[in-house]
Amino acid sequence: MKFRSVFDIIGPVMVGPSSSHTAGAARIGLVARHLFQTQPEWADIHLYGSFAKTYQGHGTDVALVGGILGFDTDDPRIPDALKMAEEKGMKVTFIEEKDDHDHPNTVRIRLGKGDDRMELVGISIGGGKVEVKELDGFKLRLSGNHPAILVVHNDRYGAIASVAAALAEEEINIGHMEVSRKDKGKEALMVIEVDQNVSTELLKKIGSLSAIEKVTKIHD
Amino acid sequence: MFHSVKELLEITEKRNIPISEVMIEQEMEIHNRTRDEIIAQMDKNLTVMEQAVERGIKEEVKSVSGLTGGDGKKLYNYIQTNDTLAGPLLLDAVAKAMATNEVNAAMGTICATPTAGSAGVVPGVLFSLKDKLKPEREDMIRFLFTSGAFGFVVANNASISGAAGGCQAEVGSAAGMAAAAAVEMAGGTPKQSAEAMAITLKNMLGLVCDPVAGLVEVPCVKRNAAGASNAIVSADLALAGIESRIPADEVIDAMYRIGQSMPSALRETAEGGLAATPTGRRLQKEIFGSKPR
Repeated sequence: MKFRSVFDIIGPVMVGPSSSHTAGAARIGLVARHLFQTQPEWADIHLYGSFAKTYQGHGTDVALVGGILGFDTDDPRIPDALKMAEEKGMKVTFIEEKDDHDHPNTVRIRLGKGDDRMELVGISIGGGKVEVKELDGFKLRLSGNHPAILVVHNDRYGAIASVAAALAEEEINIGHMEVSRKDKGKEALMVIEVDQNVSTELLKKIGSLSAIEKVTKIHD
Repeated sequence: MFHSVKELLEITEKRNIPISEVMIEQEMEIHNRTRDEIIAQMDKNLTVMEQAVERGIKEEVKSVSGLTGGDGKKLYNYIQTNDTLAGPLLLDAVAKAMATNEVNAAMGTICATPTAGSAGVVPGVLFSLKDKLKPEREDMIRFLFTSGAFGFVVANNASISGAAGGCQAEVGSAAGMAAAAAVEMAGGTPKQSAEAMAITLKNMLGLVCDPVAGLVEVPCVKRNAAGASNAIVSADLALAGIESRIPADEVIDAMYRIGQSMPSALRETAEGGLAATPTGRRLQKEIFGSKPR
């Protein structure tokens, strides 16, 4: 079943005009912002496929930037996001890619502040639902059918167990999980698909565990 | 969990509960949430719909491109003259459907039902029935769950995306959803809801997605109008006891197969249909310049 919730059908509440090109784009931007954790100084946004061809008409540009500024899909400030980014001193560059990606609605977002860099590839799969395909060079495989959380951590013993324990404590069941690392003892990533929505409080709790660097959720 | 309209009807008959109740209970079970939480979220969505309708029929909404806006208000004012051909309730639904979709085109806040491009039909029909049927707030929330139940079947067995299935998948699905919910609100049986859904979708089959300049404006706003009127007429057919010769699940399947056999030029690429007419091309140039898109 691609759609599990009635609120995938009656919803999301969003700023128009397109659930895939506006709401989905805002969600990808927001995931990037949550993972970067702070207001970036610059954002390079590479657009592929249908995103590259129709982004201005659908407000995909303002939605992506709105998400990076921390706005949700229904934030009425989205139409003014480009102006607000300028006021906040964030330099935004759009790059229309000629080559197609695997999915017609694909975006690669590069964010930076000082020496900090982050890169994320996201796709908008329709009805406002999104998937993250790549994060800082890690390839991700998410079905998109379940709520998911992304956890960037240090490759140390006990890190994975501590996150699993925190989820278990709230009676949240893990449906699918992937772990990958750049090198032994270096930066690593957990992708966890769960059966129920993960609350903001629980995300904060996971983020405060030792060895955990960043955490965010992809779906409501 | 129900996968088809047939299964949905079997549950309602076995347990003697309305379609909306089946949808509410399934949502509680799958997401492990309380009834109050789910009702509260739908209540919030209903408020968003109400605000978009109000804005669209009262304000001069204009989209960024200037292609759409103001027609919902124009029609709403025309209805007040009491000198219409179609009658007040039908046109009220149409005005409110257009108003919502104009707010969507203007990057206003809407609730996707099932998509943003088709966001006008369900609230248009719902709020047009308010004066006639005098529903309580709970009945209006139930209207949305019943709509959602049919949209759920379409989304999982066919498609609700214009890019995948043409406008029949967006406005067509929305109209079927609204018709089924209108029947429940008017006191019809679950089976009559399914008949209304089947009849509506049958009449929207083959609808292409050909947005001018790739924008969710022309012909989307007026197609929401057509969807809303189709939904109300089909709901009345079903309430009169008229049945669809082809069952709802088979109509949904036919819609899916039609969508798959449509050329990509007619599936939200702005390369065919109305988008490819001389006027469509001229508007595209005026809005985006000569930049290739």
